[in-house]
Amino acid sequence: MPRKFTPKVVTANALLEGDVVYLAEDDSWIRDLKRAEVITDEAVAQIRLIDASSRQSEVVGVYLADVVETEHGPEPTHFREDFRRTGPSNHFHGKQAAEV
Amino acid sequence: MYRYSDFDAAFVAERNRQFRQQVERRIDGSLTEDEFKPLRLMNGLYLQLHAYMLRVAVPYGTLSAAQMRQLAYIAERWDKGYGHFTTRQNIQYNWPELRDVPDILDALAEVQMHAIQTSGNTIRNVTADHFAGAAADEIADPRPVAELIRQWSTDHPEFQSMPRKFKVAVTGSPHDRAVIAAHDIGLRIVERDGARGYEVLVGGGLGRTPMIGKVITDFLPQADLLPYLEAIVSVWNLIGRRDNKYKARIKITVHEHGIDEIRRLVDARFAELRPAFSGVDQQMLAAIEAQFATPPLRDASTDGYDLAYAKDPVFRSWADTNLTAHRDPDHAIVQISLKAHGATPGDASAEQMRVMADLAERHGHGELRVSHEQNIVLPHVHKSDLPLIHATLQQHKLATANIGLISDIIACPGMDYCALATARSIPIAQEIATRFDELKLEHEIGDLKIKISGCINACGHHHVGHIGILGLDRAGVENYQITLGGDHTETAALGARTGPGFPAEGIVGAVETIVNTYLEIRESREETFIETFRRTGMAPFKAALYPEKEAARDAA
Repeated sequence: MPRKFTPKVVTANALLEGDVVYLAEDDSWIRDLKRAEVITDEAVAQIRLIDASSRQSEVVGVYLADVVETEHGPEPTHFREDFRRTGPSNHFHGKQAAEV
Repeated sequence: MYRYSDFDAAFVAERNRQFRQQVERRIDGSLTEDEFKPLRLMNGLYLQLHAYMLRVAVPYGTLSAAQMRQLAYIAERWDKGYGHFTTRQNIQYNWPELRDVPDILDALAEVQMHAIQTSGNTIRNVTADHFAGAAADEIADPRPVAELIRQWSTDHPEFQSMPRKFKVAVTGSPHDRAVIAAHDIGLRIVERDGARGYEVLVGGGLGRTPMIGKVITDFLPQADLLPYLEAIVSVWNLIGRRDNKYKARIKITVHEHGIDEIRRLVDARFAELRPAFSGVDQQMLAAIEAQFATPPLRDASTDGYDLAYAKDPVFRSWADTNLTAHRDPDHAIVQISLKAHGATPGDASAEQMRVMADLAERHGHGELRVSHEQNIVLPHVHKSDLPLIHATLQQHKLATANIGLISDIIACPGMDYCALATARSIPIAQEIATRFDELKLEHEIGDLKIKISGCINACGHHHVGHIGILGLDRAGVENYQITLGGDHTETAALGARTGPGFPAEGIVGAVETIVNTYLEIRESREETFIETFRRTGMAPFKAALYPEKEAARDAA
């Protein structure tokens, strides 16, 4: 039996800055996971992934990452994605510093 | 130190000019990422979890004061004010932006540095004993031959697209401080009947399939080195496996064909290649050697050192732990610890880099080294200068007296930065160091090497740590496997797994259990951790780490 599709966001790294970006519903690349478009349909996810992957002058390494939907917006299900949306744990750099 | 020839300078400038254009073409859309990626990797530029990372080559770990100052400038001008010194004696910048990288490379070229062949399936930066030219036990300085190998391997047309990366390490001492047995080729300078040559190891490596290098020849005459290296690399380049990235390194080729067959193939290829080397390489080596002459060592009283050693316990502790015998008895080799308790192993701020550059200039003939253990070395310091150096280091959090102790941990960047990592390394290192500092036990414990990798690629050398820690992803949770009994020296050995891994919250406690077991069962203070482990084997440590399992087995 095929595995049940779980909610996803489209994510990548920005070409110029190299930092983590997410795809928003309006097709813009945003820095904050909370505002990312959560995709719940597998066919839609594939189309969004293909379209996003073609935007080579903006981003690198596009893929779908698992999330769970919460009242605070999407949250990562895996610790790797949690680190990507936060920054390193040894220096207060990356996304966590940008939020202040 | 080696100084660029006009040829070297022109080569680096041309490569930088090319890369500047490649970056421009990537940004304007003329190059796709698939086209650009191999080009950026050829120049040391990776894309990691949070940003690009630029890996800058520090050839055989040797830096001048001016180069260290420029590294500080780059850290401040284009990064976040620090750099990370690695287990391959290089430095990595974790936050450069793509547009700035060509300018960074030009800034490096100003001080005769570059990032060429710090990535990709090429011969990487040649590493060497970090005490080269200074160690009391040294037969010959390994750096001239490392430089010769660098010149031979840089942009070598046959070796730009190999099955996988290729790493060479050289030591000039019987005591191996360069982990040569864990390299694709390890070279040890030896003497036989008054003639200088090399013992050559091949097929060592860590990573997914760790192997200790095997001796392919125990004496290679000095003049045969380059054709012999070329023979090894070219044999592997042809028969090395390109079908499977995980079986592509020469360690697998040696394992699959056997060292005797590899030796036969290399000898045959060597016979073809040898006549092509007319002796120009040896003339070049002689010219390089002249540039590595020992600096003029000062003849002065060491009374100031003796007095400070007698009177100041903090200085004495640092001197006992962080100094190594220099071949001149009035001088010392200083190791500056980049492992302050709770700090990130290998990180140095721009300010710290400048302090170390100034100290090298004032007291150390302008020379510094990066050790594969992620510390900085001042190789030639007169003992009378040590109290002042120590006082300066203290002001900049660089005077931690822990070289070779439990908090002098090697740790790869792990999942805090690295796109390949399966778990974090740095916080584990920070917690272990902090814990044993609180316990005030590390001098009591003595020589103990902990090495941590955040994935099986083993950049943190965990297989050869007395205690090795490997971070893995177990069903979406960070989990840490422990190995014991690894050895990175001339008696190289791979550690053995203790058993099931530990969660992040449990790993510091597990290390504490291992250390407490050692303290209980060692025969004397003189018996080091690794000696105790070799005497007792795994059993007492296993019993302490997994008491329930062991008890159940006893009952059965």
